Amino acid sequence: MTQPLDINAVSAHYGTTKVLEDLSLSVQAGELVSLLGASGCGKTTTLRLIAGFLSPTSGSITLGGRDLTRLPTHKRDIGLVFQNYALFPHLTVLENVAFGLKQRGIAPAERRKRALAMLERVGLAALADRAPGALSGGQKQRVALARALVIEPPLLMFDEPLSNLDAKLRVDMRVEIRQLQRANGTTSVYVTHDQEEAFSISDRVAIMNAGRLMQFDRPEVLYRRPANTFVARFVGFENIIPFKVTAREGDRVTAETAGMALRLPQSAYGTIPDTFLLATRPDGLVVSTDPAAEGLPATLGLRTYLGRAYQYQCETPAGHLIANGSLTAPLESGTAVKLVPAPEQCTILAAEGAR
Amino acid sequence: MSDRPHPILIGVAALVYFFLMVPLVIVVGAALSDTTYLTFPPQGLSLRWFENIFAISAFRRTIVTSLQIAFLGTLIALLIGIPAAYALNRFRVELPRWLGTLFVLPILVPEIVFGFALLKSLTVGAGVPVFVALLIGHTLLVLPYVVRVISASLASFDFSIEEAAISLGSAPVKTFFTIVLPNVRAGVIAAFILAFITSLNDVSVSLFLTGPGISTLPIQILAHVEQFFDPTVASVSVLLMFLTVAVMAVVERTLGLTFLAK
Repeated sequence: MTQPLDINAVSAHYGTTKVLEDLSLSVQAGELVSLLGASGCGKTTTLRLIAGFLSPTSGSITLGGRDLTRLPTHKRDIGLVFQNYALFPHLTVLENVAFGLKQRGIAPAERRKRALAMLERVGLAALADRAPGALSGGQKQRVALARALVIEPPLLMFDEPLSNLDAKLRVDMRVEIRQLQRANGTTSVYVTHDQEEAFSISDRVAIMNAGRLMQFDRPEVLYRRPANTFVARFVGFENIIPFKVTAREGDRVTAETAGMALRLPQSAYGTIPDTFLLATRPDGLVVSTDPAAEGLPATLGLRTYLGRAYQYQCETPAGHLIANGSLTAPLESGTAVKLVPAPEQCTILAAEGAR
Repeated sequence: MSDRPHPILIGVAALVYFFLMVPLVIVVGAALSDTTYLTFPPQGLSLRWFENIFAISAFRRTIVTSLQIAFLGTLIALLIGIPAAYALNRFRVELPRWLGTLFVLPILVPEIVFGFALLKSLTVGAGVPVFVALLIGHTLLVLPYVVRVISASLASFDFSIEEAAISLGSAPVKTFFTIVLPNVRAGVIAAFILAFITSLNDVSVSLFLTGPGISTLPIQILAHVEQFFDPTVASVSVLLMFLTVAVMAVVERTLGLTFLAK
């Protein structure tokens, strides 16, 4: 039942606008992959290409070895869950769920049985005879989910399915979606702009920008080891400092930025190339008042309260940086400090020419 | 500001209603008069001028013609207008803006000019038979209303519903009939009624396109008034009014008239 999805070198152009450039992506059977990015990054285009609402300019899409590229949407056998639910307003909840079964020529009694069983699974069997208009947002999305799942599609796709729900319901629903997807083992593609949502429910996440795939990996890897500055910034590495290595003595690598030297233990960072970018989250820069500390000299600016820490806007010769300091000793604006990178919270990126 | 409308506003509104209603009251009154000439207030009460409508064969014929033209013209306009409105809304982004305006042109062109143009091109130019020319004229006349009303209905239709149906295995053409059409049913009914009434009451276009032996009811009324001054025209007018009111009542019952305000 469950099948792998392969997107092979797909490009989509509208006139001269390149919406998608040479995208290749493989989703393993039973895997849930999120396409994550800001609006206009090409994630929705990718979903619509897989669904068949758009045709690629070049490249191909296969599902379980079956070439979908030239197949019309209604023959692709893909379950779709839309952001605005897209329930049929003139049909009851039960008829909505049974719609796909009807298209497959399944007898009325059987389709009723299967649709009811699916509604049971999403906890809405009691509302089977209601009109969709009478349901709440969360209930509508459950019906939409049941409608997509009941046809037992080899591929399930979600287009920002939780964006219209309030925050609390969004968290509940994503757990529910993940549980249903796991239980059925359906290969799934999930489009969202919400990083937390994508990271929390996906096996792997594809981060996209301007029609290109930036990085495709497990959430844990993306979160800790972004492959480039775009992904680094996207996942919250707010400080990206360019360095040049000036000396290497055993494990000690001395690197320089804006005239400031910093000694880094190579063993803690992995390989350090001759020119590199040091990327850290605000948590990865320790604010130290010890003048002898091995860090970047900085002057503290505005302090904000985050609950778990104080955050400081810092001015350094290397530019504006953001660091988090402890709650026990709040520091005043204008204090001269050292910002000490914590290796386990930092990552080394290759220097990028044009960025 | 108080919640009570200003006295001047009440006065103006009352005047407007007065001027709207008075001619109708006079026509109804005149139609019921027992005299052989048009007069108001009616002298004596009689329904004989209503009977007279059906005694005059020209009226009988033109009522039938008017109903045929209105019905067929509206039907053809729907067959063209529904797919047109669908395409205009479905592909709003892809299609050029002027395409939508194209369908409203018959309303923008003065009806007299429109009728004359049809006469020159259809009847005189192409030698199209009178009935067919009338039918084409009326179809074109009501097409803008059909496209406009159904477009308004489709504007609030969420096309992702159509995509959902297609993704569930319903072929696109089938989806149009099972998913799109049922959801714009109200618009289709409204368009039908509006188009039907417009066609039934049209004078300007029909004036140019009617010919020997074939005429519509409003044109026959004009012709009758030129020769006779009896209350028959008043009773025919009342009949036409009632047909219109009956149709409007159906609209009001099924959908409410709010669509007209769009």
